[in-house]
Amino acid sequence: MIRVFFAEWRKLRRPTLFLGASLAVIAVTALVTSLLFLLIDSPQGNSDRGAIINRGILALPTGITVGFSGSAGLLGLVALCVFAAQTAQEYTYGTLRNLLVRQPKRLTLLLGKFIAMKVFALLTVLISAVVSISLAFALSGRAKVDNSAWTTTAASSAFAHTLLNVFISVLASGTIGMILGLLFRSPITAISIGVAWLLIIENIIAATVKNSGKWLPGQMINSIAAGGDFNSSYSHAIVSVSVFLLAGSLIVGVLFRRRDVSN
Amino acid sequence: MSTLAISVKDLSKKYGNRMAVSHASFEVPLGTVCGFVGPNGSGKTTTMRMLLGLITPTAGSGTILGEPINHPERYLHRVGAMIEGPAFYPALTGAENLRVLATLGGHDINSVQSLLDRVGLGDRGGSKYKTYSLGMKQRLGIAAALLPNPHLLMLDEPTNGLDPAGIQEIRELLRSLATQGTTVFISSHLLSEIEMISDSLVMLRKGKVIFAGKTQDLLERQQPTIIAKCENPEDIGKLLAIAESSGHKGSEIDGVAHILAAAEWAPTLNKLAFDSGITLSQISPVLPSLEETFFEMTGDDE
Repeated sequence: MIRVFFAEWRKLRRPTLFLGASLAVIAVTALVTSLLFLLIDSPQGNSDRGAIINRGILALPTGITVGFSGSAGLLGLVALCVFAAQTAQEYTYGTLRNLLVRQPKRLTLLLGKFIAMKVFALLTVLISAVVSISLAFALSGRAKVDNSAWTTTAASSAFAHTLLNVFISVLASGTIGMILGLLFRSPITAISIGVAWLLIIENIIAATVKNSGKWLPGQMINSIAAGGDFNSSYSHAIVSVSVFLLAGSLIVGVLFRRRDVSN
Repeated sequence: MSTLAISVKDLSKKYGNRMAVSHASFEVPLGTVCGFVGPNGSGKTTTMRMLLGLITPTAGSGTILGEPINHPERYLHRVGAMIEGPAFYPALTGAENLRVLATLGGHDINSVQSLLDRVGLGDRGGSKYKTYSLGMKQRLGIAAALLPNPHLLMLDEPTNGLDPAGIQEIRELLRSLATQGTTVFISSHLLSEIEMISDSLVMLRKGKVIFAGKTQDLLERQQPTIIAKCENPEDIGKLLAIAESSGHKGSEIDGVAHILAAAEWAPTLNKLAFDSGITLSQISPVLPSLEETFFEMTGDDE
């Protein structure tokens, strides 16, 4: 397992991928956090779907993490793309046969890859956290937000909770990417379907079917990042997403173990 | 301990109604070079994939280095393979691609540079794989197959894309590996190459093994020919009649008599021709090449 992890890490740490993903993470985090503070007086809202987060909310100990947790959805999309591409490319490049000759235990190979990508996702979440917190402090003065509560123990605790929740949500999105990558065996197809589902289809369903957000995986993942929201409670979201991912992982695990490698 | 590197019995793979490999049985002794030949689509790659645990056989059994093929984890650490051409990550360098596989297989990462040197890529290991020519990609594939210091090396068309000098280098490399005790199981469409380096052959046709054994045995099965050229071209008909009267059929091809007879009969033919007043300017016994044998055995009712 450890050998699979380090072999996969060699691929993940290559500059084009690691720097590319880091830049994407920095960009989305900076965008979400900046808009939160710069549009604080905008009647069109300063958060997701036009929501207004006022100075009072931002001045709370939890205010320091609002921008960070608001970036979780986009961070999840980056993770989905990386996980899907890293998994499906083994089929399109034909490298899966090389990997399986060197590591014939297929589930070990899959698990080792997953753990390596998990570490990659954790690093991107940490980068996002640093960028978001730094920007929050930098922009709070300009936006006239009182940040005195952000350095309290309560704020540290809120940050730790948010970090964990954002990491879980990003990991869940990445796992969906890996499942799609194994199912479709093509990076473009897997990413297209994943992004279209999470960004477009789910939002249409959630907007048109009452209470459907409670059962849609993407909506549940957002609920986890927010520590529970209008769609569902935190615990419901955790259980639902776990069931979805467990079922999906089971199906692709069996497929990966049994499927002939003929490309 | 088994003296066989590969042993398969009734190995079959069915896709829908089509048998890609049908009841294949053959053995490859340890320390030999075995050629694996057959027309395109005859099942060579499918067979190799089954031996590497990449494809599950529909039926049959086999062992690799004494271990059953349904437990590839027991033998693959001693096997090097390149199947259906090289496949690597385009954005990584050649050396880094090898390091990925060395890390995965638990092989010595420090051996990467010496392997690159060995296949003639010593000065290009730092270049990205996507910048490699076809021949360089092929060499990298062979280097990857050598990573585990294999007891058995399985190569599928390893000389594809190589220039004549490269082909010769690979031939010498494979020969030296065999001398050191590595068993080499190699498929190629360059039959002259296979003939030059193989001790034994497995020949497939439409998924079935039509020959498995020593290369020499296969060639000796074929009808040897004596090629004779008359000083006076008009004597060829007379020469063919002489051969026919002695029980050897023959024909004229491009002004030369091709007579089906063993090499030992050549002096007799020379004497008979001389006695009949025919002067031969050339007389040479010829064994059929593997290529001719291959076409004869695989090409008839395609």
